[in-house]
Amino acid sequence: MKEIVIISGKGGTGKTSLTGCFGLLAEGNVMADCDVDAADLHLLAHPEVWHEEEFSGGVRAAIDPELCTQCGACVEACRFNAITTDFQVDPIACEGCAVCHYVCPVEAVELHEPLCGHWFMSETRFGPMVHAALLPGEENSGRLVALVRNQAKVLAQERNKDLILVDGAPGVGCPVISSVTGADHVLVVTEPSMSGLHDMERAVQLVRGFHIPVSIIINKHDINPEIGGQIEALADSLGIKVLGRIAYDPSVVKELVHGRCVVENGETPAAEDIRRIWKRIQETILT
Amino acid sequence: MNPGTLDLPSRRGPYNPLAKDNAGGIPQGMGLPGEPRGKPPGKWAGVFGNGRAGMRKRMIVSIASGKGGTGKTTIATSLAAVLGSRAMLLDCDVEEPNCHLFLKPEITYREEVTLPVPVVDTSACTVCGRCGEVCQFSAIVVIGDQVLTFPEMCHGCGGCSLLCPESAIREDARILGILEAGTAGDIEFVHGIVRIGEAMSPPLIKAVKKRIRPEKTAILDCPPGASCPVITTVTGSDFILMVTEPTPFGLHDLRIAIEAVTPLGIPLGVILNRSDVGDDSVCRYCSDIGVPVLMEIPFDRGIAEGYSRGRLLVECSSEYWQRFEEMFARVEELAGSPTEITKEAAV
Repeated sequence: MKEIVIISGKGGTGKTSLTGCFGLLAEGNVMADCDVDAADLHLLAHPEVWHEEEFSGGVRAAIDPELCTQCGACVEACRFNAITTDFQVDPIACEGCAVCHYVCPVEAVELHEPLCGHWFMSETRFGPMVHAALLPGEENSGRLVALVRNQAKVLAQERNKDLILVDGAPGVGCPVISSVTGADHVLVVTEPSMSGLHDMERAVQLVRGFHIPVSIIINKHDINPEIGGQIEALADSLGIKVLGRIAYDPSVVKELVHGRCVVENGETPAAEDIRRIWKRIQETILT
Repeated sequence: MNPGTLDLPSRRGPYNPLAKDNAGGIPQGMGLPGEPRGKPPGKWAGVFGNGRAGMRKRMIVSIASGKGGTGKTTIATSLAAVLGSRAMLLDCDVEEPNCHLFLKPEITYREEVTLPVPVVDTSACTVCGRCGEVCQFSAIVVIGDQVLTFPEMCHGCGGCSLLCPESAIREDARILGILEAGTAGDIEFVHGIVRIGEAMSPPLIKAVKKRIRPEKTAILDCPPGASCPVITTVTGSDFILMVTEPTPFGLHDLRIAIEAVTPLGIPLGVILNRSDVGDDSVCRYCSDIGVPVLMEIPFDRGIAEGYSRGRLLVECSSEYWQRFEEMFARVEELAGSPTEITKEAAV
């Protein structure tokens, strides 16, 4: 079984659109949406959810005003300034470290496990899919990502699928680290701009730090072929393969507005490029 | 002011391989048009006196989005350029900061931002297991007669060292990343850069925000998404500008982002980027929930190409200079009144 993770560093370079296209072009695959902060793959996949579970990852403190003597021990111990002057816990500032619970001399601080999000297993036109939705503003996206990836592996084993396509998050932080660790291959989708180049370099550095094979795809290549060339030169100097370039193509958004992938609409420039890239992935990564 | 100062080389150091290897071939920005920046419009004169009595605290404006790549940095950098010496720009997207690529600041200050993590004195430790019981993040665990620490899991709460009955745990510093500050022309500039492989960005974001000065309008470029790093950034802001695009992804992630910040009660406005590519669902949504659309930026290949080179929007298309001034005037009007989000919006 192979697990391929699609990340980008910079947001909005086309990770999810491309993951959707690969989902259609691949056969015998399971999909996993690990951008749990702002999951979008379902807007292309149109899942029929058959399993839903709650996710809670970590504790929050609450002070019982009946028991609290306002001694101030919790205020002194809390490094997150989460205890207000009237001895309540600010749920936004609370890190869930429980130190207040342990230092309280009268056991007035209770810990509870709030709901952080949900995760789902679904049937989709791309194949079976595991996806999740972190409740807005919540933490622990890394743990939820790990859970989604594990469930995708279980599902792939059960269904005898030999490929998992993972849509990752932007950035290089907690959910991205959790998405790539232990994967078989990471595809970094970038765009030819100063920001795209800068962010791709950091994403590649992250992945190589984990000793995971990585390749690059340059989207909207013709917006600035010169910086596209610099990306290729950089990839070359790092010994990383550029799997292909995708033309800027307004039909990508036109299809997206209807919940479709660009490869579903015949022979547009981007669709051709994406098919060519998928063929290279089959030949070089999936063999 | 001297527009030439904007063309100083960007910062050097281990966190910017770009500057070392790749800057040579990339066309540098043209610098900002000196004329409008040097002369803030007269209407501000009465509002922002220079240190005179009655000067009011200026605003903190966060630029957020939900979906990545919708144009947060484009808006943040151009707004900073238009406000000039009245503004400071703080790039809180510490995982992938990009504002410096556009403003090309001269960095004059640099510090490492660290988090306290436990170190166990094995000679004093009795392996009682209290630290492992207290730690909520599995950063310190007791297995058999050994105490193991996992500094990368640590949130720096200090619980283990505080509660160790033998006082056998002291704290050492784990480097989260660096904070840099300087100036881009007459704009004050601060950003944080998280160390590659580091998962804890909120303490670094907080360190960047500590440098907000009340006498400046602080523009905060947020990370994408809608989870803890975004909340850490926008908390304490007077206004949030949500930048999105009129696609199903843009709409979906805008909803989540608005839902995430609604409990904070901060007034909101939306900026619609690439406003003619997609459909009208974002506009309909905004009008349904009563959030004003403050600016629409149609797709323009010239702007996209300029952006790709690190040019500011207001450099690429001069009409935007005035549009940003007008937009900011609306932001100032709206900042006093929290946006009433209708119930349906939060569902």
